[in-house]
Amino acid sequence: MRVDVVDLSRFQFASTSIFHFFFVSLTVGLAFLIAVMETIAFVREDRRELYEKMTNFFGHLFLINFAVGVVTGIVQEFQFGMNWSEYSDFVGNIFGVPLALEVLMAFFLESTFIGLWWFGKDRLKPWMRLASIWLVAVGTQISAFWIVLANAWMHHPVGYEVVDGQARLTDFGAVVFNYKAWLYFAHVQGSAWVIAAFFVLGISAYHLLRRQDTEVFSRSLLIGLVFAAIGTVFSIVSGHTEAQVAVEDQPMKFAAMEAQWETSDSPAPWSMVAVIDQEGQRNSFNVEIPFVGSVLAYNSLEGRYQGLVPLNEEYQRLYGEGDYIPPVAWVYWSFRIMVAIGSLLLATAFLGLFLWWRRRQRLDTTRWFLRALVLFIPLPWIANFTGWMVTEMGRQPFMVYGLLTVQEGVSPNSAGEVLAGLIGLWAVYLALIGLDVYLLTVTARAGIHRKPEAQLVAAPAPDYEGAGFQGYEKRD
Amino acid sequence: MDLVTLWFWLIALSFTLYFFLEGFDFGVDILRPTLARTEAEERALTGTIGPFWDGNEVWVIAAAGLMFSTFPVWYGAVFSGMYPLFVLILLALLLRGVSFEYRNQVDSPRWRAFWDWMSFGGSVVPSFLWGVIMAKIIEGLPVTAEGRVHGGFAEMFTPFSIVGGVTTLLLFMLHGANFLLLRLHKDTVLYDRARTAALRWGALATVAIVAFVVMGYVTENLFEDFGFASWVFPVAAFLTLASIWLALSRRRDTLAFTMSGLTVLFATVTVFIALFTRGEVLPSTLDPAFGLTLQETASQHYTLVLMTWVGGIFLPLIIGYQIWNYYVFRERVRPDEGALTHGY
Repeated sequence: MRVDVVDLSRFQFASTSIFHFFFVSLTVGLAFLIAVMETIAFVREDRRELYEKMTNFFGHLFLINFAVGVVTGIVQEFQFGMNWSEYSDFVGNIFGVPLALEVLMAFFLESTFIGLWWFGKDRLKPWMRLASIWLVAVGTQISAFWIVLANAWMHHPVGYEVVDGQARLTDFGAVVFNYKAWLYFAHVQGSAWVIAAFFVLGISAYHLLRRQDTEVFSRSLLIGLVFAAIGTVFSIVSGHTEAQVAVEDQPMKFAAMEAQWETSDSPAPWSMVAVIDQEGQRNSFNVEIPFVGSVLAYNSLEGRYQGLVPLNEEYQRLYGEGDYIPPVAWVYWSFRIMVAIGSLLLATAFLGLFLWWRRRQRLDTTRWFLRALVLFIPLPWIANFTGWMVTEMGRQPFMVYGLLTVQEGVSPNSAGEVLAGLIGLWAVYLALIGLDVYLLTVTARAGIHRKPEAQLVAAPAPDYEGAGFQGYEKRD
Repeated sequence: MDLVTLWFWLIALSFTLYFFLEGFDFGVDILRPTLARTEAEERALTGTIGPFWDGNEVWVIAAAGLMFSTFPVWYGAVFSGMYPLFVLILLALLLRGVSFEYRNQVDSPRWRAFWDWMSFGGSVVPSFLWGVIMAKIIEGLPVTAEGRVHGGFAEMFTPFSIVGGVTTLLLFMLHGANFLLLRLHKDTVLYDRARTAALRWGALATVAIVAFVVMGYVTENLFEDFGFASWVFPVAAFLTLASIWLALSRRRDTLAFTMSGLTVLFATVTVFIALFTRGEVLPSTLDPAFGLTLQETASQHYTLVLMTWVGGIFLPLIIGYQIWNYYVFRERVRPDEGALTHGY
């Protein structure tokens, strides 16, 4: 296989996005959970101390992860120009707007108020601190909205016309109310909550298993369960709708998810396991469940959908010569892994709520359930990763669906410099992800009594118990 | 003023604010190894920029994002045309950004020393490279007739761009030292060391900026057709820089910081004036006719109108809450040996 600048640039974009999203999805979800914890601390005076400890503990974990999300985000934004300058020329009129909105509405908000929230402990009034964390939480959601909106436009371009090889914006309202964008947003939002909720659940369970600070962790467990339930329902409902929408507007992606080479029968079966032969355009082995394919595509017991081979022929008529079939095995298996994990997590969240309803405080000692929660911490990340593989691989070879291929979008860079940059970025990404996981683990295990050293670095030095900042004096 | 012009200057404003703000936090990180002798001093120095650096850094994302939305062709050309430089900047910013969070997470001298190097190197590299990039933007890149740009790594470093890089590096160090004078408690040794550093690096920065302007004027013929503005801004940059010496010797710290800030402002404006008066946002080194112009790289009118609304609402708001952030953390910092033995 010849590796050219397009492949390298694609690989770089994919790795940056995946690494970036590894950190960011936790940031987006956890910001919300922490804001809720802090709100309870603010409202419930009788329980304030407990919830403050909880907020500080998870806030410290949040902060370790936050910085990495911010810095990888710079790469994310620069690489449109760096690696995809032809794409930038083509879509700049439209695509740049949500990106700029993301920076102006969200990034400044997050990066400024995160400092005010954490370092301003002894210099802001309690309601101002509470407002700060909510601004951070809202900022992360706004940020997710605009970037997902931009991404959705690439999958389903709307409100544009193409003039002289450039997409021109005709209706910004259509771009904002792109149904695909709202679906994607719901899905990304739900999955971020799932990641954060299972993160909180796993850590709480870890400490409950050791009978440490049970009064704090039994409460965070319950908050986590509620968020996990909401998040999984959100993800699964929006995900299912996304698949049905794809049948209409990205049929190739849907067919690849199902490894359906020829147009299906009606009612369509659903493939459970398949051995995919991309070259031969067939599955050499396939286990199918009847009816489920139609249910997935149309919520109905009948209905057929198009297969990869006829779609490819249709695309060739529409867009010219070429191979328009995405890497089927990647899409097919990623989809199955994502769905399997999603269903498992949904079941876990509702089982947890059921157990809490039946057993109340005894849930804290239901060891098999707590052990499962600890083990499940990485699962939502895997589901997230595979989810992005489905949606982005399923779009190939298009960069903007039906308008621009990745081949046409790439910068006139040399393969050598892209490769050199890629090696450098990978080295740093691997180091950062390793450090992030390591530090999160160490800090999470240490529990609520460990003093967070990080805050001293960055100015005043109140500790969890709220002592003042001796190192600082009022200006004379 | 039409919207294209307005947005050109708003992008200039974003870059100016970025260099002004991140300039001093880079400067503090670069000076830290030479100023701090103890762990408490190290932490006090980082503490002067702790609550601010992140918000400062967002200005570069803003500059890039606004450039993408209002001048997509320019954005694509600059960022892909100087690909290797941007990769280096990104790697530096990645490592430096996390060094703030990670340095004190593990209690080991080697661990801390590693992150100190990352924050030092991660500040030196972008401080230098932003100067190189700005110089290259006025000097031009190999833009082809089709408007495609691709410059090799070696081509990025001309005498003029290297002097440009050294200028921004020294200027940021001076700016950082001046910022420390506002943030450190006056009776500390650190404060005195920061003053000495400001004088020393300020002198070198003055030499560098003179060299940069002279080279731009004489060898590169850059300021040929500026008319009035050809000398006003470079000279203003020189004057504000020279006045810092006076301000420092009279212990007028706020004035010194204002002046180094103005120097950053005038220097950045000089770059953008150079582009604006020629009407070319990226000159071509292959053929003068291939250069990218302001009008042809801009977004369509509708996008610019939209962005004007967005910018008009959010830019003042952002500047407002960032100022408030600086107000909240306005107390001067003092190294606290005691705090270290207490475990935090």
